[in-house]
Amino acid sequence: MIVLEKRPQPSRAWSMATPLVAVLATMFFGGLLFAALGKNPVEAIGTIFWEPLFGEYAFYYRPQLLVKGAPLVLIAIGLSLGFRAGIWNIGAEGQYIMGAIVGAGVGLAFYPMEAFYIFPLMVIAGALGGWAWAMVPAFLKVRFGTNEILVSLMMVYVAEQLLASMSLGLLKNPEGFGFPGSRNLQSYASAHNAELIEGTGMHWGVVAALIAVIFAYVLLNRHMTGFHIRLTGEAPRAARFAGVKPARLILFCLGVSGALAGLAGLFEVSGPSGQVSIDFNVGYGFTAIIVAFLGRLHPVGILLAGGLMALTYIGGEIAQGSLGLPAAAIQVFQGMLLFFLLALDLLTNYRIRAARKEVA
Amino acid sequence: MSTPLLSIKGLTKAYPGVVANDNVSFDIGEGEVHALLGENGAGKSTLVKMIYGLVKPDSGTMSLRGAPYAPPEPRAARADGIAMVFQHFSLFDALNVAENIALGMENPPAMGDLAARIREVSETYGLPLDPFRTVGDLSAGERQRVEIIRCLLQDPKLLIMDEPTSVLTPQEVEILFQTLQKLRSEGTSILYISHKLEEIRTLCDHATILRLGKNVGECTPRETSARDMAEMMVGTALKTPERSGREFGEIALDISGLSVPSPSEFGTSLKNVHMTVRKGEVLGIGGVAGNGQDELLAVLSGEILTAADAVKKDGQPVGRMGPTARRRLGLLTAPEERLGHAAAPNMSLTENALLTGSVREGLESNGFLKWAETQAFAERIIKEFDVRTPGPENAARSLSGGNLQKFVIGREVLQNPDVLVVNQPTWGVDASAAAAIRQALLDLAAKGTAVVCISQDLDELMEISDTFAALNEGRLSAPRTTTGLTVDEIGLMMGGAHGMEVAHV
Repeated sequence: MIVLEKRPQPSRAWSMATPLVAVLATMFFGGLLFAALGKNPVEAIGTIFWEPLFGEYAFYYRPQLLVKGAPLVLIAIGLSLGFRAGIWNIGAEGQYIMGAIVGAGVGLAFYPMEAFYIFPLMVIAGALGGWAWAMVPAFLKVRFGTNEILVSLMMVYVAEQLLASMSLGLLKNPEGFGFPGSRNLQSYASAHNAELIEGTGMHWGVVAALIAVIFAYVLLNRHMTGFHIRLTGEAPRAARFAGVKPARLILFCLGVSGALAGLAGLFEVSGPSGQVSIDFNVGYGFTAIIVAFLGRLHPVGILLAGGLMALTYIGGEIAQGSLGLPAAAIQVFQGMLLFFLLALDLLTNYRIRAARKEVA
Repeated sequence: MSTPLLSIKGLTKAYPGVVANDNVSFDIGEGEVHALLGENGAGKSTLVKMIYGLVKPDSGTMSLRGAPYAPPEPRAARADGIAMVFQHFSLFDALNVAENIALGMENPPAMGDLAARIREVSETYGLPLDPFRTVGDLSAGERQRVEIIRCLLQDPKLLIMDEPTSVLTPQEVEILFQTLQKLRSEGTSILYISHKLEEIRTLCDHATILRLGKNVGECTPRETSARDMAEMMVGTALKTPERSGREFGEIALDISGLSVPSPSEFGTSLKNVHMTVRKGEVLGIGGVAGNGQDELLAVLSGEILTAADAVKKDGQPVGRMGPTARRRLGLLTAPEERLGHAAAPNMSLTENALLTGSVREGLESNGFLKWAETQAFAERIIKEFDVRTPGPENAARSLSGGNLQKFVIGREVLQNPDVLVVNQPTWGVDASAAAAIRQALLDLAAKGTAVVCISQDLDELMEISDTFAALNEGRLSAPRTTTGLTVDEIGLMMGGAHGMEVAHV
């Protein structure tokens, strides 16, 4: 019989190793899945992990990694702060949409004026949009004790309806021949989040993501607020005893995660996407939850996890195209990654032992 | 001599890193009250869990009336006539007595029949109890009766009682003992676990003493002095804390007219509490657990806010201040629950030092943390309070209960508080660590700190406190000078028998 035994201390070695082991296990079992679908598993795994980085068309895919990874990292960093404290913002997708709508709205309000301050104003507006959307579940939780998981999730669907309404109504391009969607910000220089270095995929969102990583690292390791966040997650009663005010922490964590998700939305709408449209959101807000856990809620881990997740996205798309793998198989593959990570996480706090035979 | 009821030979049980029981052997005779005596962590609980089928021994055998006995689970133990009353009750507050008892039975009879049987048993053994009262409204002593009656309904041959008096007032203990003696006279054997020596001397026929998992001796308690038994238990001569003569200064902590509802449904609300503590004075607050101790600590730590004037430190109203502001003023507290309340289990000792030390030790500047200073503070606690750990980077949960308690108390003591409030400072702590903690509290008082010690250990309170008051159902009795207080008087301050009738046997 196998028994789990609690370690006296969390194992440092395992907490480092589990993400790697999880990736390897995912490769193995994902390979089995692809083999069951009649594909060559080695080729499929190779396509997903190798092609985007070193394949023939890597010059095209590498910038895509940054473009896809940046919003994931930016959102996941914000979410991780709350998750560490046991505050579950599941509605980053909605905050992402609201950041895009408000930010783009501010930019479009200035159209066609050209000025240096338009883009910074849009950035602030985007952050505020996401922040305000996150304040709804935060306020309801603090004031009435509602469940932030449900409220933040439901706010996503409200935001999606608002997005549709905006693309068909208020923000619709007056010169767009009746098609839904706003003006394209890529063709409005003052509002365009262009690549900072041509052909690299490096835009302001990538910079913001890196700054967010550093900010979160310093906050969690060097600042009282970060200590209070960790303490609340570890032992809520001890946190109260230490003098943490739970309401303030809820407002802070949901606010920061909302603002960062809003920023991600703004950088996306003013850059790679270009316009507010009905199908603007593609699930970054939800995938970021996976990224946050894959990165073990650690800023540096999230940076790596965001890169890995972007890789499986792009690699998955290539595999769909070149090998004819169904999209669902790629999603299962990504799901496996989270599954193995969380399952192996157990080893950080427990060790597996073969139980000695019981004496009758 | 006839065959013993239960015979234990060479029982051994090891957990990772610790041998809980090492080759323990003893016999319990028919109709004998057998004491199992030992400090916290001596392996008493593991031993009885093996007898009750909750834990399987690594080696060794047991026999019941000569027949081999190895219960794979508690149900089998109960079928063999062994019943156990746990130290921590497993009762549902929202259900009534009969429903709670029915829940623990294999085939509960109809509620009416069960209630009749409960009445019958409770009258036979002098344990009056209404089967239809809600458990949430019962006192600790009455809850224990529910557990005892639950056992007696099975007509046990051996009744195991794990520290039954830790939740009782002296008067309630008296009632319990009469019931146990009646059981003995009917031929039921009792295995009685305790570390309270006087009650073992009153009640028990025979005692087995455990130390660090080993059987270190047996004695007949009536013929052995409490001090001898204590020294067998601890293994060394005991050092009694010294209290030097002190002068009391001005009033440091003043609580007046304090009434607060408990945050939890079945907690105890504090009702019109008055107390004052002077500089250099140790106020001991006794009382059975669950009479408002946790609430009183929370009111003082700032976890529960009150009217500003209800709590004053050096004349300054602090009732509306949170924990951080109170620490800044020098009002420090150490709650009862070490893991999860006083300390975060998975965080390092350094981080746990920061938990309450940040303000007074200057461990942050503009919100940024000074880890080097924090680590130095943690190391200072470890050194001065003899906390056994490889270093401050270890997680709090890796420490034994006593070591963590020394850390938690040391953390507050080293911050030079003006007022220090501790709840159950030596609960679950071995005797030498307990003595060290008590000495530290006395030394602090000698330097002029006002100390409030909330405890359920009356001996501890008699040893260190200058004045004594008791909490009973959220009310605090008028404080009395400790010297000259008798056990009876203390018992009455603690609420007497909480309205329980004396057994009619």
